[in-house]
Amino acid sequence: MTSTLNPRFTFDTFVVGAANRLAVTAGRTVAENPGSAYNPLFIYSGSGLGKTHVLMAIGHAAKALAPQLNIEYLTLDEYVEAFHAAIAAGQGDAFRRRFQNVDALLVDDVQFLTNRKEMQAELLRLTEALQQAGHQIVLASDRPPAEIADLDERLISRFSGGLVVDIGIPDYETRVAILRRKSEERGSTFQPGVLETVAKSEFPNVRELMGALNRIVAYQAVNDTPINAEAARQLLGTTTVASPTVGSATAGAPTVASSTDEFSQFLTDVTVTVGKAVEAWRARVAEAVLRWEGEGYRTGRLEKLLDQESPAAVDEAIAAYVQDVDRLKALEAEVAALDPQAAGEKVFHDPDRMDEAESAAAKVRDGAAPPPGPSAAFPFDSYIAGPSNEVVLSAARDVIAKPGKKYNPLVIVGKSGLGKTHLLNAIGLELARKKGAIVACLSTQGFVDELIAAIDGNRVDWWRARYRRATALLLDDIQLLAGKERTQEELFNLFNQFLDADRQLIFTAPAHPNTLEGLEERIISRLEGGLVAEVSEPDKELRRNALERFLKSQHLPMDVALLDYLADRPTDSVRSLTGIVQRVVEAAAAQDAPVNAGLARDVLEGSPSARRTPGLRTSGIVVSSAGGVRSREKMVWDWPASSDRVIEELR
Amino acid sequence: MSLVNFTSREITCKIVYYGPGRSGKTTNLHYVYGRVPETRRGRMVSLATQTDRTLFFDFLPIDLGQISGFSTRFQLYTVPGQVYYNATRRLVLQGADGVVFVGDSQARQLDENLESLQNLQSNLLEHGVDVRTMPLVMQYNKQDLPPELILTLPELDDALNFRAVPSFAADALHGKGVFETLKGISELVLKRLAAGSPA
Repeated sequence: MTSTLNPRFTFDTFVVGAANRLAVTAGRTVAENPGSAYNPLFIYSGSGLGKTHVLMAIGHAAKALAPQLNIEYLTLDEYVEAFHAAIAAGQGDAFRRRFQNVDALLVDDVQFLTNRKEMQAELLRLTEALQQAGHQIVLASDRPPAEIADLDERLISRFSGGLVVDIGIPDYETRVAILRRKSEERGSTFQPGVLETVAKSEFPNVRELMGALNRIVAYQAVNDTPINAEAARQLLGTTTVASPTVGSATAGAPTVASSTDEFSQFLTDVTVTVGKAVEAWRARVAEAVLRWEGEGYRTGRLEKLLDQESPAAVDEAIAAYVQDVDRLKALEAEVAALDPQAAGEKVFHDPDRMDEAESAAAKVRDGAAPPPGPSAAFPFDSYIAGPSNEVVLSAARDVIAKPGKKYNPLVIVGKSGLGKTHLLNAIGLELARKKGAIVACLSTQGFVDELIAAIDGNRVDWWRARYRRATALLLDDIQLLAGKERTQEELFNLFNQFLDADRQLIFTAPAHPNTLEGLEERIISRLEGGLVAEVSEPDKELRRNALERFLKSQHLPMDVALLDYLADRPTDSVRSLTGIVQRVVEAAAAQDAPVNAGLARDVLEGSPSARRTPGLRTSGIVVSSAGGVRSREKMVWDWPASSDRVIEELR
Repeated sequence: MSLVNFTSREITCKIVYYGPGRSGKTTNLHYVYGRVPETRRGRMVSLATQTDRTLFFDFLPIDLGQISGFSTRFQLYTVPGQVYYNATRRLVLQGADGVVFVGDSQARQLDENLESLQNLQSNLLEHGVDVRTMPLVMQYNKQDLPPELILTLPELDDALNFRAVPSFAADALHGKGVFETLKGISELVLKRLAAGSPA
């Protein structure tokens, strides 16, 4: 009963000109916001001007935007038939229900309501029901509502209450554009001027224009030679607007203005002159302007072409313009997929601002790009385990096994250099391995900076959206949030969303959250709500492990004595331990000596032969090698000359 | 001189028939008027004396309809030929897009022709227009007169057409050469319009 939408009738295949621009714009609007923009939308025009095309295009466009929509297209006759069939079968109610559940109802040929009182009543009821339910109705007719004979006043007022638009006869440029489009579709090419000749004829509607095109397509197909403008004119035997007196000529017996008719001859000549010398390229430009204007693009660049004196490079300019528009379309489509709000930006309709459009798209792309992830430099298996970080490691493993479920949030606290950042990134890397995982892992400072940049660029929405897409949020050095009220606010919201969605949050902090200053109570309480695990100073075992790994990584021999010696030295972090070994290794390289415990002792505790040259200025503190001062490496042995010192201080 | 208006999509050509008195300018317009279908022509305004001499000017608007998407109009004017109407001539010449110089082919009218040409040149100059830049064609009218009274086309070209513009022999009374002339000037005007920048 219901007609299917003809796939050829889309907005893309509809040539927009001045005469139909309003209808197309209204149609597009309705397709984008069914039920809310213009309801009902009433389109009227003479036969063959594209009502049905627009109607179906609305259906296609709405369907493309929201595939779940229930869209029905039918002609009034089909509606009437369906109604009668339903009544005959005693299914009147089912019929009504069926149409009341339609999201967008497209009814064609409404003019046939004339003299159908019961159908008018039915349609009135349906219109009211659909309107109330916020469903879209689009009607098409060959005349405005008020001129449909014998139409119920209430229907007239209902129809007129939405938007009533008409489609006029296309102007010359649109006709040429239609012909070009259609001949392209048919894969036919014509000599220059042929289509223009056809377009010059006044056709009451597009359907007849298509008929004319079909004739010249057919003619060209049977004859091997390409048809020219003159032959086309003769073939169509039409009245061109420019030479009205040729009108009586019939096809097959063509007469170009008879020699007695001087005025027609004159007109033809003038037309040729105008067409040849003046108009050909300007017409092409004007046509392009109309077309792209119709599609909502800025055409300043093309309009400027009209100001130039010669047709130099006009076609290239138009081609470049079209290329730019295509690029814009691609960009807009890409942006629309990422951020529908940004796709509406004007810059995507202005080929004169390609750079801006590109950068706007890049912006959106950035926004859509996943937030910064964990650094690959910190793999989980390179994290050295030991009794001092046992708790936090097992918590980390739990989190990796069941992100968001077990400890959420996980707060890793510990002094600087204990490997919090390493652990954070390591967990992030493991989490990111999971399917579909988007792990945001960055320093709190980076997080703050991003927000500031987003506020600055007025893009806070996408910034938020970007983090909301993440499946885990890992922030290093959460104490840096202190005093950053806006970031705390944003984090608070994100926090709640992540918790609600069971998505993992992990933070690092130098101390227990409740000792951090400048953090809002609500943040602190949320941080404490999960697990706060502490990393303590590395124990001996851990130190040994770390040393082993370091030596291994440097391809140095495992000297047990050296390991024992270094592991025994109390260090407050793995980082400083690494620094110490580094010094030993460098000294060994400098002295070309093997890395062993003795050398290490020399380097770290200072042996006279290695570090001190007798007779140099010293601080005078006598340090025994037995270790009266523990951190001998922190002693200053060689003081700068006093003059240097003065300069140092003056600075 | 707004010849082409791209915003309103109009082409309007103002063509002035210029020449000495009694050379046949109004006759040209009458002939054109007679050939243009009623729907396409405006009212021909002719202010003539009782003896059919143009007192002020003739004006014939012709609507050529849509050409390449432009609604195209020609406005044909004549000027009064007699010497003492120079102010009118200058006025009519204002804003002209093209000039048809209608000369009298009679040998004894040669001086009048020359005088009128000079007058044309000086009147154009008054408007700041160099005659060399103005689209101009010559029409040698009254070629139907007995050969002994008139000069031939080459002779007239020699005498008058020093710029070698297109020239046409004509018999305006019977229409010979009228449309050829109009076509000639139209082509010049429209070509110039193509080359020149639109207003």
